[in-house]
Amino acid sequence: MFSIILHKEVLILRIIVLIKEVPDMEKVRFDSEKGVVDRKSAGTEVNPFDLNALEAAVQMKEIADASVTALCMGPPQAEKSLKEAIARGADEGILLSDAAFGGSDTWATSITLVAAIKKMGDYDYIFAGEKTVDGDTGQVGSEVASMLKIPQICFVESLEMNKEGLTAMVAVWDGIYRKTLTGKGMLTFTKAANTPRLPGIREKMKARKMEIPVWDLRFLSEYLNETDTGFKGSPTKVKKVVVPPVLHRKGKIFREINDACLREVKGALIARGITEGVKK
Amino acid sequence: MTQQNNPILIVAEHNGQSIHPITYELMGKAKELAKQQNLPLAVLALVSPTVDLQELRFRGANSIFYIRHDCFASPDESLYAQNMSNVIRDLEPEVILIGATPFGRSLAPRLAAILETGLTADCTDLKMEEGHLVQIRPAFSENILAHIQTETKPQMATVRYKEFAEAERNEKEPSEMIELQTLETVGHQAIKTERISDFIVDITEAPVVVSGGRGLKKAEDFKLLQALADALGGMLGGSRAVVEEGFISKDHQVGYSGHRVKPVLYVACGISGAPQHLAGMKEAEMIIAINSDPSAPIFQIADYGIVGDLYEVIPKLISEISR
Ligand SMILES: Cc1cc2nc3c(=O)[nH]c(=O)nc-3n(C[C@H](O)[C@H](O)[C@H](O)COP(=O)(O)OP(=O)(O)OC[C@H]3O[C@@H](n4cnc5c(N)ncnc54)[C@H](O)[C@@H]3O)c2cc1C
Ligand SMILES: Nc1ncnc2c1ncn2[C@@H]1O[C@H](COP(=O)(O)O)[C@@H](O)[C@H]1O
Repeated sequence: MFSIILHKEVLILRIIVLIKEVPDMEKVRFDSEKGVVDRKSAGTEVNPFDLNALEAAVQMKEIADASVTALCMGPPQAEKSLKEAIARGADEGILLSDAAFGGSDTWATSITLVAAIKKMGDYDYIFAGEKTVDGDTGQVGSEVASMLKIPQICFVESLEMNKEGLTAMVAVWDGIYRKTLTGKGMLTFTKAANTPRLPGIREKMKARKMEIPVWDLRFLSEYLNETDTGFKGSPTKVKKVVVPPVLHRKGKIFREINDACLREVKGALIARGITEGVKK
Repeated sequence: MTQQNNPILIVAEHNGQSIHPITYELMGKAKELAKQQNLPLAVLALVSPTVDLQELRFRGANSIFYIRHDCFASPDESLYAQNMSNVIRDLEPEVILIGATPFGRSLAPRLAAILETGLTADCTDLKMEEGHLVQIRPAFSENILAHIQTETKPQMATVRYKEFAEAERNEKEPSEMIELQTLETVGHQAIKTERISDFIVDITEAPVVVSGGRGLKKAEDFKLLQALADALGGMLGGSRAVVEEGFISKDHQVGYSGHRVKPVLYVACGISGAPQHLAGMKEAEMIIAINSDPSAPIFQIADYGIVGDLYEVIPKLISEISR
């Protein structure tokens, strides 16, 4: 949870939230022969973990003077996700879109996002999700932070704003650590950090009317070389995709609970040495 | 460095006290790859003075490069990454493997960006093909397995815990120990790190996990599952649905956005078996599912499925087990 310690002071924080548009993983179907996602089988949405990052930023806006910019690299249709971010409380959205950005791995994605962040000018915090549900890597946040040479707090489970800056709880090694960030930096958020709000009606209206600027390679050319972004700029290449066989165990299903069932299950437990401790 | 061949390098993980077992697992797999390619195997351990490095010597590596310094007593990934990058530039490893633990997953990208190389996350298998590392990993919420190669050097990957067997112990040929100096002892001034508590719950090491899902009517009903867990010597888990309901804390969540467990026994009670849940428990050695709906997907991966009301089934199971 987010506890409010700071009183509204005269300070304007600039927060950038990195959001990605992803397929709805609860609905999407896979073409197991081709090993690709059938993108038509489901709609797209904002990456669920990025909503936690956005929520944290919007909560900060409620206690301090802050502006929240959602930044997304994706195809032109990803404008929809930026509008959703605005409907959920962001002040503005910027879309990075260019055919040259296509096929980016985490390195190329990060370098492109970094170029846009430099182009935007100054900022205080960058928030990202723990990972994306399609890429699944959880790397972009730390890579962006490393490229910008700013500190990072990864996998934030709760966040507090106080006089020192931002204090986050994270689970790392074999304990809970409190990490405090006193200057600018990157935070990546887990699902535990907060509960994202739903879009508000007024905000939805605002989002509908907002123009989403689209930045392309040329616009970023001061900070980004064509050879560093997209498929060409990606050091990792997917050589092959395999759809693992649908999981299936030849299990035994009991339609009702009776003595035979109980005895067989207990037998299996004993065979694995599981109930040994109990019978003493 | 004097080595003729550039090594495969393992980054040792620790918790400020002891070496994490994933280090030995990485060494086990890396030893196999190193043998195939005729490469030396090296380990890089940045540790606080309290960490005992003895055991690392007996796991088949050619050399252990280490730095002991108090600054490594807390998990500050930028400090680690900075010091590691200096060592790595000298060593020029072919491959770097890091455990996909919370620390490894935040350190590796930080390091990869400094080294300007590609990084593959969360691998579940690795092999060598024509001198290149093939990194195999689940993607799209675990629906596909991608085979990935890196065109830059070093080829870097994080690897999941409990995927590979630990390297065999061999006391006869201990690894050479090479001490290095810290170049930077202060991380980002802007970050302060303090340890607050030891984990209260860590279900990932439990031999038995008994999990509840939306089939539970209220939070107190976890007591019933606790009784079963006690009878089996296990710990409680939960689906995201019940964690979000507030029935049980997030530390107990099993699945894609919770913990991945690989116990001897997993008991799923009133859990439908959504792919995101399966992602966290499908590799349990034995799975028992209790669900009132015979068409629940969880039965597809159960070794023993019991169709029935969990409120009726669990007490019977407990009394049978304790008999
Ligand atoms: C990005 C993302 C990440 C996610 N991460 C996770 C994750 O980490 N972990 C996770 O678990 N989920 C995760 N989910 C959610 C997942 O998709 C499912 O929604 C969730 O697992 C469902 O939980 P459940 O099985 O408890 O509930 P349900 O799907 O509602 O299933 C309840 C089951 O209980 C049975 N039941 C009801 N009453 C009884 C009774 N009396 N006795 C016996 N059985 C009964 C029903 O037949 C039903 O099968 C994630 C989803 C997304 C999109
Ligand atoms: N194309 C993108 N545009 C904006 N942000 C992104 C993009 N890809 C990744 N991110 C951010 O980086 C986080 C981690 O992504 P990943 O490394 O792909 O799992 C996400 O949760 C987002 O916050």
